[in-house]
Amino acid sequence: MDKTYLKFEQIGMSFRRGQMATEVLRDIDLSIAQGEFVSLIGHSGCGKSTLLNILGGLLESTTGEVFLEGKVVDEPGPDRAIVFQNHSLLPWLTVYGNVAIAVDKVFGSTKNRSERHDWVMHNLELVQMAQASDKRPHEISGGMKQRVGIARALAMQPKVLLMDEPFGALDALTRAHLQDSVMDIHARLGNTVLMITHDVDEAVLLSDRVVMMTNGPSATIGEILDVGLARPRCRLELATDAEYARCRAAVLEFLYARHRVPTRAAA
Amino acid sequence: MQAAKLSSVASAVPVPGATAEIVPFRPPVRPLLERLGETSRQVASVVLPPLIVISLTLLVWQLLCSEPGAPLPPPSKVVADAWDFIVDPFYDNGGVDKGAFWQLTRSLGRVSIGFSLAAVVGVALGVLIGQSTWAMRGLDPIFQVLRTIPPLAWLPLSLAGFRDAHPSAIFVIFITSIWPIIINTSVGVRNIPQDYRNVAAVVRLSWWEVFWKITLPATVPYIFTGLRIGVGLSWLAIVAAEMLIGGVGIGFFIWDAWNSSRISDIIVALVYIGLVGFLLDKLIATVGHFVSHGVAAQ
Repeated sequence: MDKTYLKFEQIGMSFRRGQMATEVLRDIDLSIAQGEFVSLIGHSGCGKSTLLNILGGLLESTTGEVFLEGKVVDEPGPDRAIVFQNHSLLPWLTVYGNVAIAVDKVFGSTKNRSERHDWVMHNLELVQMAQASDKRPHEISGGMKQRVGIARALAMQPKVLLMDEPFGALDALTRAHLQDSVMDIHARLGNTVLMITHDVDEAVLLSDRVVMMTNGPSATIGEILDVGLARPRCRLELATDAEYARCRAAVLEFLYARHRVPTRAAA
Repeated sequence: MQAAKLSSVASAVPVPGATAEIVPFRPPVRPLLERLGETSRQVASVVLPPLIVISLTLLVWQLLCSEPGAPLPPPSKVVADAWDFIVDPFYDNGGVDKGAFWQLTRSLGRVSIGFSLAAVVGVALGVLIGQSTWAMRGLDPIFQVLRTIPPLAWLPLSLAGFRDAHPSAIFVIFITSIWPIIINTSVGVRNIPQDYRNVAAVVRLSWWEVFWKITLPATVPYIFTGLRIGVGLSWLAIVAAEMLIGGVGIGFFIWDAWNSSRISDIIVALVYIGLVGFLLDKLIATVGHFVSHGVAAQ
């Protein structure tokens, strides 16, 4: 498998505020293969979101480059669609309209009107939201909003799907349900996914590899864990799986034994 | 007692083989008369308090102004004096001697032109200084000073500039109502969540698409707050401006009535002005509610 579909090369990021410069990220080197599901995990403030935003083109790295299919990433674009933590649906548009605004722009020249409509509905069906297509965001639950956010991102047919703590704001049951949906969609479409998470179980359950970040400032990649679990994965069977327990222990050990947050930063 | 307790315990344990019959739940239908009574009670609880307060006010007024030589007429005399003005709002005796309808429509015409101009220019300027830090730094100090100038202080200058009463009145409306529109719009644009901008960036909307599909809809609640304040201010300003420029219009009507000592006409005109101002405010609020899909006016 070609490991260099997506490549971070010596990424470093400093924020400058007056005379003070804070180095958030340094020496990030990471290659991701096509179709791979990679999680970024680390304590708060370790620059996970910064790294995702650099890949998304919303931030420009101070040093280093990101390459996608060999091309330098230097601006936001639909080939790197983002699922935002707080869903970011536009409240004045319906569920349908929120997906359509992306579809109309991305496929405006390649699909005709009815094809675009079918594509919007297809993606809403993928996340089981087709029946609520006429609702506005304030009329649906948090989990449903995030489903629409995922549908909007998927509808852009991104080369890489970026997810910034997509389930962080949801309750445990809804979260489990959405994780299953994401696994199912990943199995069907074979997307390349980079997901940020705080949740060890989520990272191990969904990912092919878990990238563990050291604490900031000047955070970098501490360790990369290969999750050797066959797909499709079932959360019930995994509860007693030895490999799952090993991966989970490895991530926990990294986060809480070796890179514990100093009490000052945790407060 | 003992038996009742036993049976309640037993019913909590599923009995194998027992089938539960599904009994449809029918909400009890209350008699029509009872429902009507409840509705009328609700209506009364809303309508009665203002009715009582208004009646009491009129009563006190009547008592205070009844004695001969009172400076203001009591309500009964107001109605009697101004009866022609009240019952026939459409009369037209030529000149400025016209019914309330014509007076009010002339004033509303001036307000609608001046206010529409203010809305268009105000939203455009508001978006500009909301989006551009440079424009904000340049224009904001000027606006902050200009907006404190009382509406009538502009009138002599605009008369000098336009050399005509009609456009001068419209200009006074414009310059009075534009400030809250500019300021609220710019605050709205500055408060657009970064998330919406990120969405626009990822989808790669063009500048124009961002304006139409993100900036304007996201700012609509703020714009309508500004428009509501603006329409109220312009209705305040038109009456004062018309008193000075003359011609047909509710403002000059009041001034004319004062000069001919028709105090009752003045009082009726004030009631009309209040009602029209109230309706203007409600109109803008309703349009705002409709345009922003219920997000505004929260």
